[in-house]
Amino acid sequence: MSLPTADAALDDARPVPTRVQLFLTFFLLGMIGFGGVLPLARQMLVDRRRWLSDEDFVDLLGLCQFLPGGNGINMSVAVGMKFGGPRGAVAALGGLIAIPTAIVVGLGVIYDHYRNDPVVRHLFAGLAAAAAGLLIAMALKVLQPLRRRPVGLALAVSCFVAIALLRTPLVPTMLVAAPLSVLAVRRFER
Amino acid sequence: MSHVLLSLALIFTQLSLLAFGGGNTILPEMQRQVVEVHHWMTAQQFSALFALAQAAPGPNMMVVPLVGWHVAGLAGLLVTSLAKFGPSSVLTAAALHAWERFKDRPWRRIVQNGLVPVTAGLVSASAALITEASARSVVLLFIAGVSAVLGVTRCHPLWILVFGAVVGLTGFGQ
Repeated sequence: MSLPTADAALDDARPVPTRVQLFLTFFLLGMIGFGGVLPLARQMLVDRRRWLSDEDFVDLLGLCQFLPGGNGINMSVAVGMKFGGPRGAVAALGGLIAIPTAIVVGLGVIYDHYRNDPVVRHLFAGLAAAAAGLLIAMALKVLQPLRRRPVGLALAVSCFVAIALLRTPLVPTMLVAAPLSVLAVRRFER
Repeated sequence: MSHVLLSLALIFTQLSLLAFGGGNTILPEMQRQVVEVHHWMTAQQFSALFALAQAAPGPNMMVVPLVGWHVAGLAGLLVTSLAKFGPSSVLTAAALHAWERFKDRPWRRIVQNGLVPVTAGLVSASAALITEASARSVVLLFIAGVSAVLGVTRCHPLWILVFGAVVGLTGFGQ
């Protein structure tokens, strides 16, 4: 890392979390983050704990979005790794998914147990429909930047047709679509 | 039993390494594998599990341990969690230093921009498949539509889920 000296001095003043602190902070994020943990993660890591500068956060976020995997999951691994090495990464990731895992299993047990009760069935049907609506909202958000990009939009529509309508497996689809998309965007969009 | 666990491990390792653009891009493949290929559950059960996972706090992909639990109990939960969160995490940890070193290289932006259409197509496919499986009546379709509009207006997701659950609870039109 080649930071200018002034920034380096400022970075030295930042607290370096221990593995226990990493675990506890991501444990808290897992508990209070609904609909994804990223917005809260920024607030927690940059504003409250001051482990990262705004620029650090944006840079790590870039890595998390670049690589496969959930962005929140990758963020916990990257921050844990940065401050605590592999064991820090395990501490942060473990903290993040501990409570949510316990809660989903609890909900799953309740659902399995009362699945045939009409009231519970109606409740979960409504819940599922609302969750589907949230996915539609997210799809609209990621499609938004493609509105004035005919090439990008055509690529997105092709992926949609392949996966949703033709139900082609993801591996061959990605092997074709990912390089094609990177090349086409580079060639036709400036 | 161990055959099922092995299948789960293979499926979720693959999904882990293919989830470019976040977890929601791999829902169609997850659904295809557990519903169409392996018949572990119906499409309706899959979207019910997805809904349960959305009702829990934490990262987006909590449907993963839930699917594992549903298919093979505690062992299934451990296998799917490790297989889904392990490989992508190892990759992230390994790439961290290279990422900081290549901070200003243009290819970083080129690849990132280039993958946006793929991500958009895959998330749209997830939305279509989950909606198809869960909005099976006029009222449920109405819930999905209103939730989508509320979701775009940045209403807190928890309130949207509560709205869906309450309207569903009336049993009206189901």
